Amino acid sequence: MAAAEEASRPFAGLSDVSISEDIPVEGDISVPLGSTRRDDEFSTLDEPVKETILRDLRAVGNKFVHVLYPKRSTALLRDWDLWGPLLLCVTLALLLQGGAADSDDQGGPQFAEVFVIVWFGSIIITLNSKLLGGTISFFQSLCVLGYCIMPLTAAMAVCRIVLVGGSGTVSFAVRLAVVTVSFGWSTFASTAFLADSQPPNRKALVVYPVFLFYFVIGWMILTFSPSQ
Amino acid sequence: MASPNDLQFQEFEEAAELLSADPGASTLSMSSSKNTTTTAAATAGGGGEDVKLDLSDDEEGQEESSELLGGQKATGGFWTFEYYQSFFNVDTMQVLDRVKGSMMPLPGRNFIKHHLRSNPDLYGPFWICVTLVFSVAISGNLSGFLTKMGTSTYHYRPQFHRVTIAAVVIFMYAWLVPIGLWGFLTWRQGAERQIGGYSFLETVCVYGYSLFIYIPTSVLWIIPYEWVRWTLIVVAMVISGSVLVLTFWPVVRDDTKVMAVATVATIVVLHTLLAIGCKMYFFQTAVHVPASDPTAQPIQFTTQPTEHH
Repeated sequence: MAAAEEASRPFAGLSDVSISEDIPVEGDISVPLGSTRRDDEFSTLDEPVKETILRDLRAVGNKFVHVLYPKRSTALLRDWDLWGPLLLCVTLALLLQGGAADSDDQGGPQFAEVFVIVWFGSIIITLNSKLLGGTISFFQSLCVLGYCIMPLTAAMAVCRIVLVGGSGTVSFAVRLAVVTVSFGWSTFASTAFLADSQPPNRKALVVYPVFLFYFVIGWMILTFSPSQ
Repeated sequence: MASPNDLQFQEFEEAAELLSADPGASTLSMSSSKNTTTTAAATAGGGGEDVKLDLSDDEEGQEESSELLGGQKATGGFWTFEYYQSFFNVDTMQVLDRVKGSMMPLPGRNFIKHHLRSNPDLYGPFWICVTLVFSVAISGNLSGFLTKMGTSTYHYRPQFHRVTIAAVVIFMYAWLVPIGLWGFLTWRQGAERQIGGYSFLETVCVYGYSLFIYIPTSVLWIIPYEWVRWTLIVVAMVISGSVLVLTFWPVVRDDTKVMAVATVATIVVLHTLLAIGCKMYFFQTAVHVPASDPTAQPIQFTTQPTEHH
C-alpha cells in the first residue's frame, strides 16, 4: 500500500518529482509463476500435452457439430481456427487419389490441385466478400468456408464405399444423390454463417462464388472414377 | 437498385449548370488523359452523352479510380485496400442489369455509357471468367462422356487438366486483349486528338461482360449435333460481338476509315477465334453412325473440325 501511495505522488505534480529519490523502484508486476492456481488463459505451459491437444480437438469437434446443424450462431466465427479446414482438405485430397490416374493427363485432380482449389478458392471468395464490403474478417471467412467442406468430404467417403460395390448406373445414381445433398448442405451451412456479415443488397453477389466453389468440389467428387 | 442511378440524374442538372456557367472549369478527366479535351467535349455539347460522361466526374464519393494505370485520382494509393474496394462498388441489381445488357445489344445503346455509367466494376468480369472456365471444362467433359458412352472400350476420365488450360486461355483473353485494345485506342486517340476514349477498367469490364453469353452456350454445346453447335456459336458470336462493336465503334469511327474498320474487324476476329477455339478443343466432334447403315463413315473422334466448304 505504501508503494501505491508513493506511486500516486507523481500525479500530483510531475515537475516536482525527481526520479532518483521519490519514486520507489519496487512493486509487484510479475505474473506469479508456478502458482498452483490453474489459469488457462495466461499459462498453458504447464499442462500435460494431452490436455492441450484435446482442447484443440474439442474445439474442432464442436465446430463440426455446428456445421452439421447450421443455425445462425456465432460459435464458428468467434473462435475460428484453421485446423479443421486443413484436416478436411487433406482428407478430401487423399480420398480423391487412387483414381483413374494411370495417365496423368486424363485423370482426376492431383493432390496439389485439390489443395490449390480449396485454399485459393477460399481465399478468393474471402477477398471477394471483403471487397464487396463484408464485415467478416479474413480468417473467420476462411474458417467457415473450410469447415463447410465437411459434408462434401463425408460424401466423398460414402462415394468411395459405394464404388467398392461397383460402378454401374445404380451406383452413379446413388453417388449423384449423395453429392447433390451434401453440396446443398454445404452451401446452405456456409450461407447461414456468412449471410449476416454482408451488406443487404449484395448478398447474392457474395453467395454465388460460394455456390460455384462447392459446385466445383462436388463435381470433382462425382467424377471420381476408380482405376481399373 | 434505383437510388444510385437516381442520384446521378439529380446531379446531372447541377453539374450541367455548373459547366455551362463556367466552361473553363477543370473537370476530372475520367478517361481521357487530357483535361482540356474533356472540357472541350462538355462545352462543345457533343450531345447529351458527352455531358453525361463528364458530369459523373463531378460526383464526389463515386470512385474516381477509373484511370487504372494513372492512379492519381484513385481513392488511396494502389497499396491500400480501399483502392481495390472501389472496383467492387456494385449491387446485385446492377450486376444483373449489366449482364442483361450484354445479352441484348440494341443499336442505340453503348454498353459502357448505358450500363456502366462510369461505375465499372471488376466483379462481373472476374466471376464471369471463372464461371466460363468451369462451364467450358465441365461441359466439354460431359459432352465427351455422352458421345462415347456407348462404346465398350471407353473408360470415363475426368480430364481435370482441361480446367487449367481453359483458365489460362480465357483469362489471357479477358485481360490481355483489353490491355492491347486500350493501349492501341489510347495511342490512336493521342495521335489523332480524339475525344471520348474509354478507360482501361471500362474496356476490361465490357470484355468481361461480353463473355457472359458463352456460359449458356457452352452448356448447350453438350447437345451432340454439329449443326446445333455451329448455330449456337453463330448466335453467341453475333450477340457478343455486336456488344463489343457497338461499344467501340463510336470511339474509332472518327479515325481514318481504314484504321476504324481494321480495329473493329480485329475485335470481332479475336472474339470469334476464342469461341471456335474453345469449341474445337473442348468439344470433340463425332460423327454418329446408326449401326444398321453399313455404308456410312466410321465413328471419328477428332478435335479438329471436319473440312468446311
